[in-house]
Amino acid sequence: METVKSIGIDAGSTTLKIVGVNEEGKILFTIVEDADPKVEEQTESILNKLKENYDIESSKIVATGYGSNLIKADKKITEITCHAKGIYEHFKSGGTAVDIGGQDNKVILISKGGKVIDFIMNDKCASGTGRFLENTAWRLKIPTEKMAELALNSDGEVKISSTCAVFAESEVISHLSRGEKLEHVIKGLHRAMVKRITSMIYAIGFNPPLMLSGGVAKNKAVVKMLEEELGEKPLIPENPQIMGAFGAALLGLSK
Amino acid sequence: MGLKENIKYLFSYKLIGESLIKLNTKKSYKNFKPPKNWRTDILAPPLKTGVFTKEIITRHYLEGRYVNGVKPVAWVTSGAPIEILKALGFYILYPENHGALCGARKVALEISEEAEKRGYSIDICSYARTDIGSTLSKKTPVGRLPKPDLLLCCTNICQTVLYWYRVLAEYYKVPLIVIDTPFVYDEAREHDIEYVKKQLEASIEVSERVAGKSLSFSKLKEVVRLSKMAAELWLEIMNANKNKPAPISVFDQFIHMAPIVEKRGDSETVDFYSKMLDEINDRIKNGIGAVKNERKRVLWDNLPIWYKLKFLSEFLAENGVSVVASTYTNAWGELAPMMDIERPIESMARTYIYPILNRGTGHKLKTMETMVKEFELDGAILHSDRSCKPYSVGQMDQRIKLLNELGVAALLLEADHSDPRAFADEQVISRLKAFVEMMD
Repeated sequence: METVKSIGIDAGSTTLKIVGVNEEGKILFTIVEDADPKVEEQTESILNKLKENYDIESSKIVATGYGSNLIKADKKITEITCHAKGIYEHFKSGGTAVDIGGQDNKVILISKGGKVIDFIMNDKCASGTGRFLENTAWRLKIPTEKMAELALNSDGEVKISSTCAVFAESEVISHLSRGEKLEHVIKGLHRAMVKRITSMIYAIGFNPPLMLSGGVAKNKAVVKMLEEELGEKPLIPENPQIMGAFGAALLGLSK
Repeated sequence: MGLKENIKYLFSYKLIGESLIKLNTKKSYKNFKPPKNWRTDILAPPLKTGVFTKEIITRHYLEGRYVNGVKPVAWVTSGAPIEILKALGFYILYPENHGALCGARKVALEISEEAEKRGYSIDICSYARTDIGSTLSKKTPVGRLPKPDLLLCCTNICQTVLYWYRVLAEYYKVPLIVIDTPFVYDEAREHDIEYVKKQLEASIEVSERVAGKSLSFSKLKEVVRLSKMAAELWLEIMNANKNKPAPISVFDQFIHMAPIVEKRGDSETVDFYSKMLDEINDRIKNGIGAVKNERKRVLWDNLPIWYKLKFLSEFLAENGVSVVASTYTNAWGELAPMMDIERPIESMARTYIYPILNRGTGHKLKTMETMVKEFELDGAILHSDRSCKPYSVGQMDQRIKLLNELGVAALLLEADHSDPRAFADEQVISRLKAFVEMMD
């Protein structure tokens, strides 16, 4: 049975991510599940199941994310520090880390030595976050995963002027009722979201490379448009969703 | 002035109210102990002289209940040149201060909804909404506000006041004095100061008419002298925080600044701050810091978030962060040297044209940069106040400059000074935590 030295738990607004690492910081397992409102019970049952295959008796537990207060952990560290750590260790590079999550966007400037120089998060408004696309996907009864595909294959684009996720929904409906093509509208929706993120990146001062994390980094249309807007190809980890939990696990290793 | 009102004023306020309040203060001062829920594990006990802050403000609002018909009443903006009114014996009410009080007592929302119900937009300053809501509904946590006989509105803090005071003037059907202070980009031009001076001179006649008496210049000089003394003491109290650990946190300053705002020009205000300074000097001598484990020192920019003072103060203190300087509390001290007792009107014109909100954003940046150096700060919290646009404009650039040029951590925190709908605990805590981690 392999010994897990440290476990990072990222209890986000939408998903729960758990990563275990060994002494060298190598990932032993990753778990991603939709977040349950009772995240403490959810975490406990996951950890209990893990005991069947791993030795987690002496593991350090570091929690991050909005739900972290509910989780029993040795340490609680903010998403900013955890994402920066995860991204930095993954790419071994400083630069601009952008995490597009379910309700939060974070832009983090990381120094060459891996220190957080500065960060901003979206305030008071979830436009430009995953919820922005999810809302409309749900309203149009399209699976979220299909949204990117429709946008990528679209030969046109409709301008969505509302930055509010709630108002964008009605704007989408009115475009469709005027006979605009579905894929054009969806591409426009992606563009509105990407522009919002781009303006956050510029507000903090863009310093390449651009490194993406968070569930939305799996959306290929968002990635392509970010490249168009910034003129820089984003670096994306194989599993962008777990970067915060990975960083948390690594922070559990440090004394 | 009516006989009935005078008797009621003498009996209810002077004879009973004031005596009871003073007795209570004496008792609290003698048997001083921190409130039950005070976090003595992370914070120094509250200042003992703070019992006088409470007394001064309680007496002020109690007097307000009975003052109509006894003294002329003026409602004024927070940066208004009140010395003339004070010399004429006006009772002065600051609706913004009342708004702050409503915020701290967590009733601002309920009262501003009274204005919103009547069509005032949620995008208007929450102080204005609270005041208009209170005017229209008569709701207030202080019992009753006196009706104004005169309104004094000075544009040196924002333009909203211009429209807000016109609403009040129409509602109460009383004269409105507007003192228009041209914006200062770099240095005020002589003709700008002359322009303000002429308005001040012109305001004397209206104020005299409402007060029913003539202005005594020797009295005016005395008020300017007391104003200046109190402001100088306040400045000295704030500068005491250059010591490590800082003896008085900015959260304490937010509370104890009430007399310098509301009771400027009174001799008891001078006595009060003089006593407070003694207590602070004692703290310095004994190495007592407002935050017990002061690890990091930061500044606060913009208005306080009145309904979250305790929450923020305790969270930061838990993390060893002491807020030691603020551009806001500084605003009531920094101009003291400009007051000249020998030339009261002209020096008032100069003093009241120079508040931080009437100057370019570069000036505020310089103020913050000086604070970072002089108070040896590790970071800056810039409260982006939804209600106060003139204070918040420029903060994005100021934040970046503080970070890049001085290398201190800087956080922009979106909220509102008295509308709690603009504040989300979880979001704020996650940003503040990351800010603290960044300083470590």
